[in-house]
Amino acid sequence: MTLDATDRRLLSATQAGLPLSPRPFAEIAREIGVSEDEVLRRFARLQETGVVRRIGVAPNHYALGMTANGMSVWDVDDDMADVLGAQIGALAFVSHCYLRPRALPDWPYNLFAMLHGSERSDVEAHRLEVLSLLGAACRSHDILYSSRILKKTGMRLKTGA
Amino acid sequence: MRREPLPHDALDTADRTLINMLQDGLPITSRPFAGIAAELGLTEAAVLLRIARLRDIGAITRFGPFLDAAAMGGAFCLCAMDVPEPRFDAVVTLVNAHPEVAHNYQRIHRLNMWFVLACDRPEGIGQVADRIEAETGLPVLRFPKLKEFFIGFKVTA
Repeated sequence: MTLDATDRRLLSATQAGLPLSPRPFAEIAREIGVSEDEVLRRFARLQETGVVRRIGVAPNHYALGMTANGMSVWDVDDDMADVLGAQIGALAFVSHCYLRPRALPDWPYNLFAMLHGSERSDVEAHRLEVLSLLGAACRSHDILYSSRILKKTGMRLKTGA
Repeated sequence: MRREPLPHDALDTADRTLINMLQDGLPITSRPFAGIAAELGLTEAAVLLRIARLRDIGAITRFGPFLDAAAMGGAFCLCAMDVPEPRFDAVVTLVNAHPEVAHNYQRIHRLNMWFVLACDRPEGIGQVADRIEAETGLPVLRFPKLKEFFIGFKVTA
């Protein structure tokens, strides 16, 4: 969907967080000068069309004990990537799974899956599970552990754009 | 952002239930916390105080709308750079200065910086990536998603 100026103001006003008030949409309405009903109507539409995936929390995996995570990357037969990607994406320890273009010759991997666990050894065990699931369709693979979060703000809209 | 686990007693059962419920999303209604409060046997005010505390102690990083750039005619793109170690912090500053950089991780690999660009127009991705290349003098590898295998992954608090 195409966002109009009011949609943008709505998203700009809330992208750093929803007001912690019993009636957060009324507060946003006051802030941008429209009615609460209009804010509710617009958010419902933004969610229907997928612009807003949900209004909710981003849990901090580390604080909640999931301190180990690795970006596992796999070079998988293109013909089988759709089927295998769906299978990997359905595993309980996989948070995101994407098919992406390779960057040859440096980067032969086309399937990316984020693996989570409470310890590095969990993640390594998950990795072996993915490896056995992929079988002969996988030519090579690697895993990239994060050593530092450098930024985590989520998407920001430019205001007035 | 907090990277160490919270002490186990930092969260009580209601906090954990709240985190799990809020991962599913808030209803878009005039009093969106009323249902959650009723289910937890708390007042709305108590639920709001708990959310504020969860944010303050770092149990959650964000509470608000999650946007999908593609659904509004824009795009996300995962990017990677091979940054020489001595220049790493200076390059972090240059990269993170762009508001389009939604998150950025240092990873243990020759490609040691991985960030996601989120733009409300598809052409924005290439423009920002080119600008980062010009500012840093380093190539920015681009890995746009061709397909997402979506799953309802949730952290059980």
